[in-house]
Amino acid sequence: MKKVIFLILLTGIILLSGIWFTLCGGAEQVTINWWHIQTETEHRNLWQSLAEQYMAKNPNVKIEITVMENENFKAKLTTVMQSGEVPDLFQSWGGGTMNQQVEAGLLKDITSYLDKDGWRETFSEGALGVYAYKGRNYGVPRDMGMVGFWYNKDLFAKAGISNPPATWSEFLEAIKKLKAAGITPIALGEGDKWPGAFYWEYLAVRIGGEEAFIKAASREGSFTDPAFVAAGEKLLELVTTEPFQLGFLGATWADEATLMGNGEAGMDLMGQWAPGSFRENSIDGKGLGDKAGWFKFPMVEGGAGHPNDALGGGNGFVVGKNAPEETVDFLKFISSVESQIAQANIGLSVPVVNGAEVGLTDPMLKLVQKGAAEAGYFQLYYDQYLPPATGSVVNDAVQGLFAGTLTPQQAAQMIEDSAARELKK
Amino acid sequence: MKRYPRKNGQIRSLNIHSPWPLKDNLTIVLFLLPAFLFLSLFLVYPILRSAYYSLYNWKGMGPAVDFIGLENFKRLFADQIFLKAVKNGIFIIVFSLAIQLPLAMALALIIGRDIPGRAFFRAVFFMPYVLSEVITAIMWLIIYNPNPNRGFLNAIINVIPFLKPQAWLADTRLVMPAIFVVLTWKYIGLHMLLYITGLQNIPREIEEAALIDGVNNPQMVAYITLPLLSGTIKTSVYLSILGSLQVYALVWIMTRGGPVNASEVMSTYMYRYSFVRFELGYGSAVAIVMLLIALTFSIIYLRLTHREEYLA
Repeated sequence: MKKVIFLILLTGIILLSGIWFTLCGGAEQVTINWWHIQTETEHRNLWQSLAEQYMAKNPNVKIEITVMENENFKAKLTTVMQSGEVPDLFQSWGGGTMNQQVEAGLLKDITSYLDKDGWRETFSEGALGVYAYKGRNYGVPRDMGMVGFWYNKDLFAKAGISNPPATWSEFLEAIKKLKAAGITPIALGEGDKWPGAFYWEYLAVRIGGEEAFIKAASREGSFTDPAFVAAGEKLLELVTTEPFQLGFLGATWADEATLMGNGEAGMDLMGQWAPGSFRENSIDGKGLGDKAGWFKFPMVEGGAGHPNDALGGGNGFVVGKNAPEETVDFLKFISSVESQIAQANIGLSVPVVNGAEVGLTDPMLKLVQKGAAEAGYFQLYYDQYLPPATGSVVNDAVQGLFAGTLTPQQAAQMIEDSAARELKK
Repeated sequence: MKRYPRKNGQIRSLNIHSPWPLKDNLTIVLFLLPAFLFLSLFLVYPILRSAYYSLYNWKGMGPAVDFIGLENFKRLFADQIFLKAVKNGIFIIVFSLAIQLPLAMALALIIGRDIPGRAFFRAVFFMPYVLSEVITAIMWLIIYNPNPNRGFLNAIINVIPFLKPQAWLADTRLVMPAIFVVLTWKYIGLHMLLYITGLQNIPREIEEAALIDGVNNPQMVAYITLPLLSGTIKTSVYLSILGSLQVYALVWIMTRGGPVNASEVMSTYMYRYSFVRFELGYGSAVAIVMLLIALTFSIIYLRLTHREEYLA
């Protein structure tokens, strides 16, 4: 009998102390699931070290990082969204896709956090706006840049091109010279579809200006308006000169970066992450180095746009619906000026936090940042601005233009049909 | 015990001597229950859900609220790209039957005999089947890489004087044949093994009797071997057609259905609409159509082959 009583008392004490400790002894263990897409060694190491710094300062927080390549991330996020179990902190490009995630109730509203302690004011307004929907914020940017032509200065010199082209006709001339010198003028991974979409979207930006897109997207106009058809016609002008590498129609963005990184192509229309990718995909691991040059997309003679208009986008992080409070705190930490300077140093981000531009060491990225800052009209990539269904159609339609299976009119009509169906609400 | 053949060909025996007829049925039900539950939960229920979603315009996130009835199906059958996917599917089926199976049979006839090193050959030809589809696709992506400095095939072609390196997976005319080569490479081993096993089941005496009657090799194959293999051939054809209808990973990884839908098959079409465009209602409709096609084929095929076996 005594033994039994003794055992019961012991169990009771153990249980009570357990409950006691969980309730008061120190803060509870919190886990933050962080999904990012920086597979490049230097970049992912920076994120890792930032996470470790934070964990050292906050011992009750554990940050679990999952790194995935771009396309794999999109695929995995999709399946996870079906179950509603989104990660606490994850990569986002903002725009229409993010808006749909908000509508589905998958993201945390962090407007109130931004309003506190002046966190909001640290960001560049335009960049922050990309991660807002109907006046509420759901994430913050870390990078905002623009798409431009990255070119190999050595190869250009070899072809006898003294200055980068500023107009469309000069651009076609440059292509002729590169071909004559036996150099593949342009690297393009049209198998992934979005690299080629840049060309068409920029042509629409140059030819139609801001007005054309706003009208079409707001449904006052249409995607079959003259600017968009003309963009297709100009694109065909380019495609008929056959400036791309063999098999470009099936090539991926990685193939494109490999070509440029190994100095096998003259130029590449790509965003601000290009230099890092060239490095990562080159055989010697050095990429273009100081052979890299950058120029803005040429102006189309007679277009309604302005040569400074920019097509681009950035990267940022959004917060998942069920994320613990500490997630926003961690987000603040990685959005600090110091963190942004570190990111700029390794070419991971073109900073969006005021004062961090000093971290940009790559002179080309400084050009990109300047270009983005001086753009009067900044257009987010169509496949991010528009809902996924329509954005996907834009990419498919443009691939049809590259393959010669669609006429400019048909491509524009395809996009218009999808827009009419998806944007009517 | 009496045997009663049923309409669908299954034979059920009645244990008329059992003192516990009810218990007998209960045992049967109990043993079947786990499998039945599993299939209902993971097969039947998702199919029903899919059919439900196919009647909605659903983005895949949040609840399905936009009921549109059979709109998705109407759009499906009017879409040129879906019809192209079906055409490509038929292309794969027809060429698999015309090329893959005869090749496998030929290999089986050669290797099935007592030739030196037959174990080695069997292993070598069967190995591609063992590789996962993903690994196969990545491997062939490297082989088909159009850059002569990186692609195995084009590197070889580059040294041959009158052949030009091609963009195997980027040329709309070459992409389907290129994919078909990979499919053949991968699955020929399976069919070959099926036929070898079937060959081993042919009694020696029949072959010896035929040889005594003075039959030569082609006649042997045509009149004795093939007819006796008919059961195996039927199975092989069934697996081949069903597999062709469902091919997904290989195509998606190598080309994603591109370029410009040249290598589109029903599964890649469904995947793109569901998980890239987030039009899951429409994607579900595609899935249902795929299911119906496979089901119809299965029922018709099994009916035909079973009937023959009865008369045999």
